[in-house]
This record gives sequence, structure tokens and C-alpha cells, in this order.
Amino acid sequence: MILQPIFFYIFSIVTVASAFMVISSRNPVHSVLFLILAFFNAAGLFILLGAEFLAMILVVVYVGAVAVLFLFVVMMLDIDFGELRQGVLQYLPVGAVIGLILLVELVTVLGGVVISPEVSAGAAAPIPPLEQVSNIAAIGAVLYTRYLFFFQVSGLILLVAMIGAIVLTLRHRETVRRQSIANQVARNPASAVEVVQVKSGRGI
Amino acid sequence: METLLQSYMPIVIFIAIALVIGGALLVTPFLVAYRNPDPEKLSAYECGFNAFDDARMKFDVRFYLVAILFIIFDLEVAFLFPWAVAFRHIGWFGFWSMMVFLAVLTIGFIYEWKKGALEWD
Repeated sequence: MILQPIFFYIFSIVTVASAFMVISSRNPVHSVLFLILAFFNAAGLFILLGAEFLAMILVVVYVGAVAVLFLFVVMMLDIDFGELRQGVLQYLPVGAVIGLILLVELVTVLGGVVISPEVSAGAAAPIPPLEQVSNIAAIGAVLYTRYLFFFQVSGLILLVAMIGAIVLTLRHRETVRRQSIANQVARNPASAVEVVQVKSGRGI
Repeated sequence: METLLQSYMPIVIFIAIALVIGGALLVTPFLVAYRNPDPEKLSAYECGFNAFDDARMKFDVRFYLVAILFIIFDLEVAFLFPWAVAFRHIGWFGFWSMMVFLAVLTIGFIYEWKKGALEWD
């Protein structure tokens, strides 16, 4: 089928181009929007691999939540757009070094598979063919039993993230008066009304 | 694999039509619309007086808190999907593994509720 390579090249080119725009666009909000475009195209690449569940999770979690979080962070900063005009690509050397390290790691991993194919054959859980087991079922079959430790560690990391975010950012304003429904319901005439006998000519 | 990719064809057609309509709506105003700009028409309008300051003001940090709490429970639900699909095969061990995971996050949920992080102010 000729369509599959065509879509692969479309998704790859748009991913790389939008990833470049993420680091080179001058407005940080535009950067986040290009990041969302890159996520969508990476999800398309996942679908071409047959990893439907990962593609949908990428869209739901990264586009729906992480990118929105990035947008909030960008909007929380006090951005001076005039200052951003200068020196956009000044961090390019550092980024190039990090990209080079990642490239070397990828080449090491893929080259290892090419040199000795038995390494990938001895993986902990061989990938079942897509016709028999769908992507989501293959993940579910190993994630909760064989990879129990990593699963529970991810739960603990989420717990730490939740508590950390609350500890760092939650500030209750003292002046705000909140509604306490339990106290309102528990009110009765005995607690709400006080009958005072006042003698004439004297205050309370 | 082929049938899987073919099942995504309606989505591809949908996105293609959406791109065509969106592009057409962006391009046609440049071609057909009457254009006569002047500085007053292009300036920011704020109920008759000049704008006080930039529209890009800083967001409250509480938006960030709401977003990160949303991400955490989003991920919790994302973990539930493969568990539900493979539920028949992973047995009691998989069941209790997920229960421990949910219990850990429920501790965080109770903490968050008691601290009042779910209330706006």
C-alpha cells in the first residue's frame, strides 16, 4: 500500500518542522502551539506503527493536559515581547549538544539491534503480533503484573507531584469569607438568637 | 495492520475537509473583502477610552494548580484503560496491583480535598 509511506513522510516532516518552530519562534505561546502540532503528528506516527492506545494517550494526556499546563506556565511569566525579539537562537549550541547526545544514544540502541539481533529477541516481553493481540491488551497484559514495580513507582511519583504542587502553590487568602454549609444547616434558634433584657437607660 | 490503518481513513478524510474549509476561509477574505485600514480602526477598543495596558497580563498561579491536578487524575484514568481490557487475563494479582495504585492516589486526593485545593479561594 503506497499510502502508508506517504503518510509516514507527511507526519515526519511536519513533526520535525514544528519541533524546529518550537525552539525558533519568537512568541512562547506560538511555541506551545507548535508543540501541540508536533504531538499530533507524533500520534499519527504511533498509529502508523499500530500503537493505537499510545497515540490516543499522547493526544489526551500531552495535548489535552501537558500542553495546557505549558500554556498556563507561559502565561504566568511576565513576558516582555520586545525583549524576546533579540537572541532567539542563542541557546542553539547547547541544544545541539543535547540533540547530538540523544542521536548517539539512538544510534547505539538501533546499531546494537542490527549487530546482534538476539538482544532484542531476548527482551523481557516479546511484542505479540498485532493481528492477535491489540496494542492496549498487550500493554495491559504485562504492565500490572510483570512490571508491577514500575507501575507502583509511577503512582508514587504522581502522589509526590500532587502533594508538591499543593504545597508549593496553594495559598489561602485570609480575608476571603467562605461558605460553611454544615454550620449553616446546624444553626437553630437557640444558637442564632439571643434574648436580652435591657433595663431602660442602660446599654447592653 | 492494513485493516487497522484503513479504519482511520474517515478521520483522514475529515481532517482533509477541515483543512480545505479552514484554508478557504482564511484565504478568501484576502481576495474578496473590501480593505481600507486606518490607525483608529486597527487600534484596541476598550469601551470608548484608550486601553489601559497590555492584554497579556500574568495568570494566577492557581490555574497551574488546577491544571497539574487535572493531569494527575488524567493519567490515573489512562492507566485504568489497559487494566480494564486485560482484566480477564491478569487475575487477582493484577486486580490488587491496581487497587494499591488507586489507594496511593486516593491518599493524595484526600489530602487535596482536606487542604481545600479543589476550592477556588
